[in-house]
Amino acid sequence: MKSLEDLEKKINSELTTKINNTEIKHNQIYIETDKEDMVDVAIFLKTNQDTKFRQLIDITVVDYPEQNQRFEVVYLFLSHEFNQRLIVKYSIAENEVIPSLTSIFPSANWMEREVFDMYGVSFKDHPDLRRILTDYGFEGHPLRKDFPLTGHSEVRYSEDQKKVISEPVKLEQNYRNFDYESPWEGTKYIKEEIENNDKKN
Amino acid sequence: MTKKIKNLNLNFGPQHPAAHGVLRLILELDGEVVEKADPHIGLLHRGTEKLIENKTYMQAVPYFDRLDYVAPMNQEHAFALAVEKILQIDVPIRAQYIRVIFCEIGRILSHILNVTTQALDVGALTPSLWGFEERETLMTFYERASGSRLHANYFRAGGVHQDLPKGLEEDIAKFCETFPKIINDLESLLTDNRIFKQRNVDIGVVTKEDALDYSFSGVMIRGSGVPWDLRKSQPYDCYASLDFKIPVGKNGDCYDRYLCRIEEMKESVSIIKQCLAKMEKGPIKSLDGKISPPPKAEIKQSMEALIHHFKLFTEGYRVPKDEIYAAVEAPKGEFGVYLISDGSSKPYKCKIRAPGFSHLQSMDYLIKGHMLADVPAVLGSLDIVFGEVDR
Repeated sequence: MKSLEDLEKKINSELTTKINNTEIKHNQIYIETDKEDMVDVAIFLKTNQDTKFRQLIDITVVDYPEQNQRFEVVYLFLSHEFNQRLIVKYSIAENEVIPSLTSIFPSANWMEREVFDMYGVSFKDHPDLRRILTDYGFEGHPLRKDFPLTGHSEVRYSEDQKKVISEPVKLEQNYRNFDYESPWEGTKYIKEEIENNDKKN
Repeated sequence: MTKKIKNLNLNFGPQHPAAHGVLRLILELDGEVVEKADPHIGLLHRGTEKLIENKTYMQAVPYFDRLDYVAPMNQEHAFALAVEKILQIDVPIRAQYIRVIFCEIGRILSHILNVTTQALDVGALTPSLWGFEERETLMTFYERASGSRLHANYFRAGGVHQDLPKGLEEDIAKFCETFPKIINDLESLLTDNRIFKQRNVDIGVVTKEDALDYSFSGVMIRGSGVPWDLRKSQPYDCYASLDFKIPVGKNGDCYDRYLCRIEEMKESVSIIKQCLAKMEKGPIKSLDGKISPPPKAEIKQSMEALIHHFKLFTEGYRVPKDEIYAAVEAPKGEFGVYLISDGSSKPYKCKIRAPGFSHLQSMDYLIKGHMLADVPAVLGSLDIVFGEVDR
């Protein structure tokens, strides 16, 4: 499909039951689907003659700890043929296992390993789900919002034991997060007032 | 009597000069033939994405220099583009030319390093000595524009940090005159060299289909005959107004990828020349005081400028709630930034898509059935830099 609008129509008509929402912005299509339908959507996008999204660019997860469905899984696709980009998303709760795309896109292998490592999301039918970026024996999932920036443990060489050891982080000073919002913009009741005024206008 | 022979497991790296950084490659060997390769990465993982979530948009830029540290400004470019698209600001034309010039300088920097070290890996020492001299010149250009040879921190959302100093344009133009000769010298050492060809031709062959399946980009996909370059197909900044060719390989082996890189360097020189010719005086960053800091002189005079300066360097600029994927054609392939902003002055999420990550992942597929001695040749032609693979 040449234009994004045509592509959006095509996807909506072919995958009516599997797509929850589509949107075009920044010259890209954003699609929302469900966990169960992801594999079918990926196969359709890859093989259909009018879409030809042959390349999986990346897989990632966004963490929204305050939501019930905590993680939003994001897939980025690219079609060389039609020069288009497409983003597929769905939300999952914390301990849900999601389908792996490794059988459709071999490159999904490491991307899913990275997601598993960074967010602790498990993939079903993944051939080799190990940690990838963090250290051997690392605990926790660093990119979760509740993981502290400084981490939990630090490593150093111990002269006594003659080996590298891992121990809890000791900081001279805690990481400081300054709130630079100016007091007259920042106070809650004034903010609400400004928002209300904006709505009226 | 039959004797059972067990396959040999070999640790390649993490401290091996041909591993181009800290790669631990576990090879399963049957005699001298590689049966399986399992790259262990992450030894240079610094948690860039986590750090960026805790910094303002302006403070995030230096982290991009430290990804692919042989072509720092190309990475900054992707981030700057992503922020600009969300903020919907225009970049002054002079800034676009400056950015393109330095991205192409970055491309030459990266390709020189790759071509010459690949030659080094297969036994040729001289190219790296000749090539590194040129890299030194290019890094002085970086230094004169930004103040540092490698970690430039030069691009900003809305333009670049400051204008080029006097005389730099002329010196870059001079370099463009002398550099093609150096490329020819390098080529005379390598292109028809019997040993270099024996080590590279038909090694690490990637077919078109597999290049797509394994998410290859950049030279890795062009070497296999797919004419795909984001500078042409999804032009950003002023690339649309420039005239350049996309070299494409035929066989998809290490040798074709080497040839592509050589040709790309020549194209880069021509792009820089065009930019220098077209460039005119003018602003080099967005004039919106809410995004780019005012000049020092103005701060002394104007109260508003002073407030802008203070707010920009404490709170930083706020970016409206949005999400975007922006990609550039970095020397190694498609380098992308998937940015989610939440209306505050810090990114909510910033996923970095590094080309080397998907390239290295295919190591097992590329090397299976090759000899042990081909491992450095294939690794070299993948153009791996661990700063970006491990992030």
